[in-house]
Amino acid sequence: MADGNSFVTPVAGDGIVPGGATRSLRHESAAMHVQGSANYIDDLPEPRGTLHLVPGLSTRAHARILSMDLSAVRQAEGVVGVYTAADIPGDNQISPVGKGDEPLLASDLVSFYGQPLFVVAATTRGAARRAARLAQVEYEDLPAILDVAQARAAGSPMVWRPMEMKRGDALAGLAHAPRRLSGRITVGGQEHFYLEGQIALATPGEEGEMTVISSTQHPTETQHMIAHVLDRPANLITTEVRRMGGGFGGKETQANACACLAALVADRTGRAAKMRLDRDDDMTMTGKRHDFVIDYDVGFTDEGRILAVDMLLAARCGWSADLSGPVIDRALFHADNAYFYPDVRLRSEPLRTNTQSNTAYRGFGGPQGVVAAERVIEEVAFATGLDPLEVRLRNVYGTHDRNVTPYNMVVEDSISAELVPELARRCHYAARRAATRAFNAASPYLRRGIALTPVKFGISFTATHYNQAGALVHVYTDGSVQVNHGGTEMGQGLHTKMVQVAMREFGLGTDQVRITATTTGKVPNTSATAASSGADLNGMAVLDAVRRIKRRLVEFAAAHWNVGEDEVRFAPDGVHVGSKVIAFSHLTRQAYFARVSMSANGFYKTPKISWNGDTGQGRPFYYFAYGAACSEVVIDLLTGETRIERVDILHDAGQSLNPALDIGQIEGGFVQGAGWLTCEELVWDRNGRLRTHAPSTYKIPACSDRPRIFNVELLENTPNREHTIFRSKAVGEPPFVHGVSVFMAISDALASLDNYRTCPGLDAPATPEMILRTAERMRHGSVPA
Amino acid sequence: MTGTRHDVRFYVGNEYHTLADIAPTRTLLDWLREDRGLTGTKEGCNEGDCGACTVLVVRLEGDRLVWRAVNACIQFVAMLDGAQVLTIEDMRAPDGSLHPVQQAMVDQHGSQCGFCTPGFVMSMVAGRKADGLAQDEHGIDDMLAGNLCRCTGYAPIVRAMRQAMQAGPDHFDAMAQDMADRLRRLRDGATVDISGPTGRLTIPATADALASTLLASPDARIVAGATDVGLWVTKGLRVLPHIVPIGGIADLHRIERGPDALYIGAAVTWQEARAALTEILPQPDDEVIRRIGSVQVRNAGTVCGNIANGSPIGDGPPVLIAAGARLHLRRGDVRRTIALEDFFIDYGRQDRAPGEFVEGVSIPVPGPQTVIRAWKISKRFDQDISAILGAFSLTITPDGTIENARVAFGGMAATPRRASRTEAALVGRKWDETTLEAARQAIAQDFAPITDMRASDWYRRTVAANLLTRLYADCGPDAARAPISVRTACKAAGEHAHG
Repeated sequence: MADGNSFVTPVAGDGIVPGGATRSLRHESAAMHVQGSANYIDDLPEPRGTLHLVPGLSTRAHARILSMDLSAVRQAEGVVGVYTAADIPGDNQISPVGKGDEPLLASDLVSFYGQPLFVVAATTRGAARRAARLAQVEYEDLPAILDVAQARAAGSPMVWRPMEMKRGDALAGLAHAPRRLSGRITVGGQEHFYLEGQIALATPGEEGEMTVISSTQHPTETQHMIAHVLDRPANLITTEVRRMGGGFGGKETQANACACLAALVADRTGRAAKMRLDRDDDMTMTGKRHDFVIDYDVGFTDEGRILAVDMLLAARCGWSADLSGPVIDRALFHADNAYFYPDVRLRSEPLRTNTQSNTAYRGFGGPQGVVAAERVIEEVAFATGLDPLEVRLRNVYGTHDRNVTPYNMVVEDSISAELVPELARRCHYAARRAATRAFNAASPYLRRGIALTPVKFGISFTATHYNQAGALVHVYTDGSVQVNHGGTEMGQGLHTKMVQVAMREFGLGTDQVRITATTTGKVPNTSATAASSGADLNGMAVLDAVRRIKRRLVEFAAAHWNVGEDEVRFAPDGVHVGSKVIAFSHLTRQAYFARVSMSANGFYKTPKISWNGDTGQGRPFYYFAYGAACSEVVIDLLTGETRIERVDILHDAGQSLNPALDIGQIEGGFVQGAGWLTCEELVWDRNGRLRTHAPSTYKIPACSDRPRIFNVELLENTPNREHTIFRSKAVGEPPFVHGVSVFMAISDALASLDNYRTCPGLDAPATPEMILRTAERMRHGSVPA
Repeated sequence: MTGTRHDVRFYVGNEYHTLADIAPTRTLLDWLREDRGLTGTKEGCNEGDCGACTVLVVRLEGDRLVWRAVNACIQFVAMLDGAQVLTIEDMRAPDGSLHPVQQAMVDQHGSQCGFCTPGFVMSMVAGRKADGLAQDEHGIDDMLAGNLCRCTGYAPIVRAMRQAMQAGPDHFDAMAQDMADRLRRLRDGATVDISGPTGRLTIPATADALASTLLASPDARIVAGATDVGLWVTKGLRVLPHIVPIGGIADLHRIERGPDALYIGAAVTWQEARAALTEILPQPDDEVIRRIGSVQVRNAGTVCGNIANGSPIGDGPPVLIAAGARLHLRRGDVRRTIALEDFFIDYGRQDRAPGEFVEGVSIPVPGPQTVIRAWKISKRFDQDISAILGAFSLTITPDGTIENARVAFGGMAATPRRASRTEAALVGRKWDETTLEAARQAIAQDFAPITDMRASDWYRRTVAANLLTRLYADCGPDAARAPISVRTACKAAGEHAHG
């Protein structure tokens, strides 16, 4: 494998228009991105008299509000109004799961440090920011519960029903296993750090209409929340988003607060209102990836075969439920990663704490579950003296037996047993592993480590009803096409792929197919663009709409030119009608005169899936996406500093819709995942105040943190077994999990300290301090707190 | 014209601006976006850490056009007097074609969400123009250290930079003469003084004018690069009634290499000082100075500003203290020179009288027997604030005795400070393992660091001692030729892999 990247280019001559689906095509906004002409919400011209909003945030983690004196805020220069819970005409409630536990503005009780109490509207953003700091709030402090340990000690309530997932008898399996060990791993949270912060612009219309342009991954939910807060039917509210400057799950529910507050002020004042959060406010207010404390108990054989697993996964959920229920469930769904556990019990504890309400973040709990699974693997490996890769291979899911998950779904499509050894071969794992051992034996302070980890990621929303999508496609008389669908663009290239579907079907070039902003006014009742499902769901909906139009055009053309319907074909060189080829625009013009409708809705719902959380039965996932990553790192035992030296990834995107964009998702997902487990650390002080609330203190990977050698390949010739859009596979979340290989490689490097006899027990994130502490513990048994 | 004028003058793109009523602390980013409607430049963090707001500032230095990427969010508009600002809107050639950097970003799929992209493009355009930036992988890392991308994992951006470096001249090269002529016409040697409802702005033309301004207005706030003061405004929302930008004062821009010392004037940025610093402090430059902030920060922030603001975690002071630097202060016509370490009295307190200012710093040229080493330890390698920074200067006689030792740390106390007990444990001893152990013991007595979001006190104490071990491994009698840090290890491995 050479340094750099090789794209898998489909063979030419298959009748697919250049750039059509399954071909590489640049991002639809790439040229605009590089010129700064791609508009984000703050770049749009502001309606006359637009007000600028800034929230006033609580400075207590848990407290009763005794009084709130906002007179100085109101009197500040430029302030037009100050709004509190009392000004909300509808329900002061934005729980996205109907739990009723998430007031938009706190009125009497403060539940975390950073909770919005009021919103200032001023003529400039600067004036609003200055005014917001003038509030005088009197609190009566209540005991604050900040983390999992405190929540357990205090018997804090769960924000969601705990789940127990089991198959067989884990306790008996553990009792009878020849070898058994148990342990605990803590896994840190993660700030999304979308480069464009939360923002919404609300413009009031006639008779209670409200148009809100929101940086949201879930326009329909944002629409409903606004309707709810304003006490208005959904048909008066329109939510729109052209593109987001990053989302990663952080705008699935967390966009709602800004959108609702902007709509509230626009409604109260009759003026347009824009809320754009300052980065510090954004990080202080909004939820993040859940951090976990995971206890595991594993029974196994001397040969490294896992017999039984019992795990308890406890998560810091924050002050309200938000999406914690399904997030923690998904951690359980992935606590097997790619491995078969003959007897298994997995339990969750979604704990309520007085911190930001943790939320969706790329992988949605899945990566945390995978970290636990990989920890179990390395425990077994160190206990048996086997290469962890060997332990992995002895436990991966089979295709005919050993193929049932802890949630009783049969894994029909497992390719780990072939994919993992293939990557090991391509990246020379065995030789390089031996080289790290040789290096470490002679190196006092620097140690190298290597790890190759698989991923198996379940694709579908586990809430079955979300697995639906709509599209609206217009063909104009000049033959140009406009595509709209329910998904949102946050950089992942969804819009590009949707354009490619239409291009391929109609045989048109990029200049003839245009994507437009996502809006609830065009496609209603949509699902969040989340769970990696954007292209799977919306692609099929776009295809459905396109094919409806094509059917009508074919019918027309056949009748008009007197050929058989099977003699009409849409190709890159034009529309083949019998023996002649006509321009697409010629066909559309003729079809118009013949009064043929060239606009269609498309709809799609994922087949085969069902899931009953109460019985733990069903098939929550349509299919699985697979991949594997091998990381090699070097660590410094004097400082705990670390660097990623080389990474090789082999990933299964099915028949990729766009190899170039999918490679981009893999590279970017990997680095984000590696950042989560290394340099990204969230720190709260004892008052519950987040101290890492800006990029000065919260460190996402920088350019030099990327692997020195970074080889990414798509697995060749693996169309999805299921009938997905052109047999592709979802690619948003699964590659994030490849970052786990870095964490395991660091662990491998640390293990050299006692000649690979014990599991280092590294916790995440593996910051320099965490690595140094772990090294100290291995050498001296303990380190001070 | 000399004398005084009451406006600031600069170009944005090819548009000339004369601003008489600019608020002194109005940031360039807000002005571009809100007043000019130039929304291609983005706000990602408003504190100079993400680079989404990167713009190019072109200045005439002597007869040379100098192109510098800076963070618009923490530059005050007033600081641009006499300059030309180029934003992403200016990058397309007059014929409408994309700049080679833009084209490379498109070709290599270098944008995903696109929000950071204009900032990257600007850093990349600047990188092509900058001298002194190595055009290899590590040079690209340096060039892009100040730009955060959350989507791509940087790989395609680096590929784009490689492509862009192969491309030919851009349209600015053809315009260079015109640009230089225009900027030359803006040079009038005038002092700028603007008073308005939001405060006062004085831009002195000379060091003497600065001295008298400060004597008359001792509460005025000197702003050199605004990489710190900018945050007082954007994050602290502080009102600064009177600011005095000094970046344009020619006689504070002196870099003078004498036989015994290097003198660096108050307005010299880290970027400008680097070539001279590298000559006398090669290892600290590579390990620490090139990791101060990012290109954007080093293009604005000054060596002396890093000292004058008194931060306990500034990266410059420990290195300069270890090197034996002396600080030149001036009040009116009265000048004095002190040891740099004596400037730092306590947290937030420095030895600087009202109306007094830092005029420059002198760094002795190390003798042939002196080795100077510095290491910065932070959660992230680039563009992070030190958890701990250790700097060491050892003068070792040919028989292996430590004749002199200066050891200074940042992040270990309320100020950058020397480790006097550690120095005592080293001086006069043979540089051997016994001495190393004694020094490791002594350093525990020198500092009582705190725990914060960057590191615990335990980590700071442990690493402080371990840096002595690294020092010994690097320049002790048994100094191995093996890499001593993960970065040098990576470099070696990378060269091996490519070789």
